[in-house]
Amino acid sequence: MTIPSYWRTRRQRLSLEGEICPHCRRHVFPPRDICPYCGGPAKAAASLSGRGTVYSFSLVHNAPAGFEPYAPYLVAIVKLDEGPLVTAQLTDVSPDEVSIGMPVEMVTRKLREEGEEGLIVYGYKFRPLLQAEAL
Amino acid sequence: MRDVAILGLGQTPVGEHWDLSLRDLGAQAIVSALKDAGIEAPQLLVVGNMLSGSLSHQENLGALLADYAGLRGIEALKVEAACASGAMAVRMAYLAVAGGMVDIAVACGVEKMTDGSSEETTTALAAAADDLFESDQGISFVALNAMLMRRYMHEFGYRREDFAEFAVNAHRNAARNPNAMFRRPITPQAFAEAKMIATPISLLDSAGIGDGAAALVLGPMDLARRLGGAVIRIAASASATDSVALHDRRDPLEVRAIYLSAQRAYAQAGVGPQDIDLFELHDAFTIMSALSLEGAGFAPRGGGVRLALEGEIGLEGRIPISTMGGLKARGHPVGATGVYQIVEAALQLRGQAGENQIPNCRLAMTQNIGGSGANVVTHILERLA
Ligand SMILES: [Zn+2]
Repeated sequence: MTIPSYWRTRRQRLSLEGEICPHCRRHVFPPRDICPYCGGPAKAAASLSGRGTVYSFSLVHNAPAGFEPYAPYLVAIVKLDEGPLVTAQLTDVSPDEVSIGMPVEMVTRKLREEGEEGLIVYGYKFRPLLQAEAL
Repeated sequence: MRDVAILGLGQTPVGEHWDLSLRDLGAQAIVSALKDAGIEAPQLLVVGNMLSGSLSHQENLGALLADYAGLRGIEALKVEAACASGAMAVRMAYLAVAGGMVDIAVACGVEKMTDGSSEETTTALAAAADDLFESDQGISFVALNAMLMRRYMHEFGYRREDFAEFAVNAHRNAARNPNAMFRRPITPQAFAEAKMIATPISLLDSAGIGDGAAALVLGPMDLARRLGGAVIRIAASASATDSVALHDRRDPLEVRAIYLSAQRAYAQAGVGPQDIDLFELHDAFTIMSALSLEGAGFAPRGGGVRLALEGEIGLEGRIPISTMGGLKARGHPVGATGVYQIVEAALQLRGQAGENQIPNCRLAMTQNIGGSGANVVTHILERLA
């Protein structure tokens, strides 16, 4: 990860900033200039609540370079309450507690460290929705 | 547009070729395909490859392989469509010949995967996914397919063991293919107990990666008839795209590009799935075999695994798949795989598939999938009497 690339995606990484399409009113994440649903121009920024449910998940044993120290770790596709799917790691949960449909919420966590001189990469992960907030 | 035929084919065995470099592999396949065709002077070389830049620090493969194959001077280039690079190279060669701009074109798929560490290869393969919003989260390419498989099991009520027949069938056929990487049968029990890579995908759900190269010589039909031997026509060549990121699809279990490229191919050839005698599909993972059978119209949604459970994917089944071992067991030299599929389909149509020969086959389909369904290339080959 380069510093400019990290900087360009900071709003998505740290606050799940996407877009709302002015034509079909659907939420779009990650943001792009053309709405993938209706094809209209979509440039109105809109943050997502960060709440959703697990669409599917996997426990990764063989990690890509940079993620080896964290293996095995949980990853998921989360269906956000506003509609979009998002791909991220799960945190604060053990593999046997996860199930499809489980309510989760976004948190900001360290994704990896790129060595002594490199970046410490932060981003979104999802954890089980806290009980109090679920009420 | 004019009809295009396969004039010649060549392949190296798939495996860990410590003694062969990227250029050696590519040149061997090209030279052997030209020899098979009895042709010395093609005008175009299209190379399909995904990973040479990241794993071998080598791009400019068009010129490099043309030179090492003794073709210095001809037009040559590389095309990339992730794991579908091979079939995409064939399609580009096909377009050039069909359009009449080129008479003889060579398509060569080549990949050198075993020089680096397993982490380097995993990282390089992850480049087939969305770098910013999938790979950067620590999601390997296997993990994406694993999440598809878990969701599929959840929606359609399958167990992991139900996918075993895809791997068992592939290994059974690879055992009798001299060019295959894993020439040994496996049991359903071995499948059930295999080591997990990303749950629920194990080592035996996944294609083994290896080094390899395969090549085809394409030319106009009238030349094929003059050369003699079995005439294999490319009855359809079609491709289609979907979002690169799985999460950008409304229903990730409906791989739209599989459906679209198959439909386009059927329309071109004027046939349907009921006419196809064998299907070399993209069994990079057992789940992709199921989704490919469904998207291409051989099974209803959720019915791909059922087809395997009912014994319909074997050499004597309704729709034989992975007839020479598939990606699973012939091995998956990523950017070369799509060319291997077409070489194997052509061998079946020529009646040269050895112990795995499907009797009296006339129409063979191949489907090469780039990324988790982002770029799909389908070909239909027809044997003319
Ligand atoms: Zn829209």
